[in-house]
Amino acid sequence: MDELKELYQQIILDHNKDPKNYGKLEKHNHDSEGFNPLCGDRVHVYLMVEDGLIKEIRFEGSGCAISKASASVMTTLLKGKTVDEAKALFAQFQKMITADVHTPPDVEKVGKMAVFAGVREFPSRIKCAGLAWHTVIAAIEDRDEAVTTE
Amino acid sequence: MVHPKAPPSGRYDVDKIRADFPILSMEVHGKPLVFLDNAASTQKPRAVIDAVERYYRAENANIHRGVYYLSEVATKKYEDARQTVQQFLNAASTREIIFTSGTTDSINLVAAAYGRKFIKEGDEIIISTMEHHSNIVPWQMLCQETGAKLKVVPIDDNGDIIFEAYEALFSPRTRLVAMVYISNSLGTVNPVKAVIDTAHQHGVPVLLDAAQAVAHQPVDVQALDCDFLAFSGHKIFGPTGVGVLYGREKILETMNPYRGGGDMIRSVTFEKTTYNELPHRFEAGTPNMAGVIGLAEALKYVNSIGLGRISAYEEEVLAYGTEALRSIKELRLIGTAKRKAGAISFVIDGLHPHDIGTWVDRAGVAIRAGHHCTQPVMDRYHIPSTSRASIALYNKKEDFDVLVESLKNIIEVFR
Repeated sequence: MDELKELYQQIILDHNKDPKNYGKLEKHNHDSEGFNPLCGDRVHVYLMVEDGLIKEIRFEGSGCAISKASASVMTTLLKGKTVDEAKALFAQFQKMITADVHTPPDVEKVGKMAVFAGVREFPSRIKCAGLAWHTVIAAIEDRDEAVTTE
Repeated sequence: MVHPKAPPSGRYDVDKIRADFPILSMEVHGKPLVFLDNAASTQKPRAVIDAVERYYRAENANIHRGVYYLSEVATKKYEDARQTVQQFLNAASTREIIFTSGTTDSINLVAAAYGRKFIKEGDEIIISTMEHHSNIVPWQMLCQETGAKLKVVPIDDNGDIIFEAYEALFSPRTRLVAMVYISNSLGTVNPVKAVIDTAHQHGVPVLLDAAQAVAHQPVDVQALDCDFLAFSGHKIFGPTGVGVLYGREKILETMNPYRGGGDMIRSVTFEKTTYNELPHRFEAGTPNMAGVIGLAEALKYVNSIGLGRISAYEEEVLAYGTEALRSIKELRLIGTAKRKAGAISFVIDGLHPHDIGTWVDRAGVAIRAGHHCTQPVMDRYHIPSTSRASIALYNKKEDFDVLVESLKNIIEVFR
């Protein structure tokens, strides 16, 4: 049960129940859709980027607690960051969830995303945690095709 | 072998049956394994594992036309297996039993060898809303190729097909009905006899997807009067990569070959090739010999218990499981058809099936979360996915107690 508690930390349960920045951003200049064909999770991320700065970011979609909380925490982190900072954070996040399970997360670099380190114990759930991140990067880079985790 | 029509009698000793399956005594995350994903694939009894091992140890050689000892042994075992399947389905002849790689392959065989020959532009194929993707996509591909049209039988909120709507779909252009016997996502047992009788009144042949049916109840192709029936070995305690297509001999005789290659021919010259007789005409290439022999062993195992008894026992377990799950007030069953077998799908308010699957796994319980390769069913109920618990002859009522306790636990934590 310890790994379950590690995975479903209170902060994740809270964001799942009451996600931040949820709903369509009507005025946006970047957006992308991501989806996980394995479980049917969908996320749509909207951004308003001005002069390389993420002024607004919102998301909508349906998914498991991990994917929803990850999207929610992500939006709180990225709002007000530059595009380059967003990409750097994504790289750090990627590094964390693909690292060996015994490597403690580098909290200084990943910040609040550290709560998702528990997915490393659950290989089938790593994609859930990463979906929103892959989607936001696709939106920033204006990639046309929908993101899939497969 | 024991014929399914004369099933053994006596007490159903589930603990004795469980002891036949080595994997069932293992622990997962420190908890006894509770395996409730049988609609996806079943576990294997020792008899099947031993038969496959014995084949590779002492019987392996390519079948047909070998003039030496091992080839003759393998050929005999392979053809004996065909007879075991013929008797299992009560088919009229072994000429009607074709070994394939599974249900999907069997359906694709019919789509290619029957469909391409007899289904033309403007013709119609009837399927139902609750088909597995493997009984949708081959027909869609055929329709794209030929210009034929798919007609879909609707289902009601309980997950029963709407029979009047089915009857109304027939037209002079209807060429085939392809329908699932027991739904893998809803557990619905379709009224296939009535489905077949109706189709035959219009002169239309019927293919049954029996992937979920054969392990749960006796299936008699002559009593059903069906034209094609498909199932997979691994869903009835046999090896993976082997399956069966039953086809009515009169229809098989009229069909094109499926794949070209060795064993499906009588003679080959560069000018002209003549095809082998039934059923070899549809079995090109070296077949899955170990798989076929393992499958026959699995069917013998099932017969030794008796499908009538298995069906009666499973009905009790399913009823118990249904009531146990219903005791959770946040839970809603998806699929409450008049007759059900095998599977129970459900959703829980505020909980995603993926989280449920991960959670109960830590209690040792294997269930499936997702759309179960039946996306049109999910759309019908306006849900992205369900959790599904599905049983086999070795499950106990207590398995549902473990599941329900774990579900109550996750509901509490996510509250």
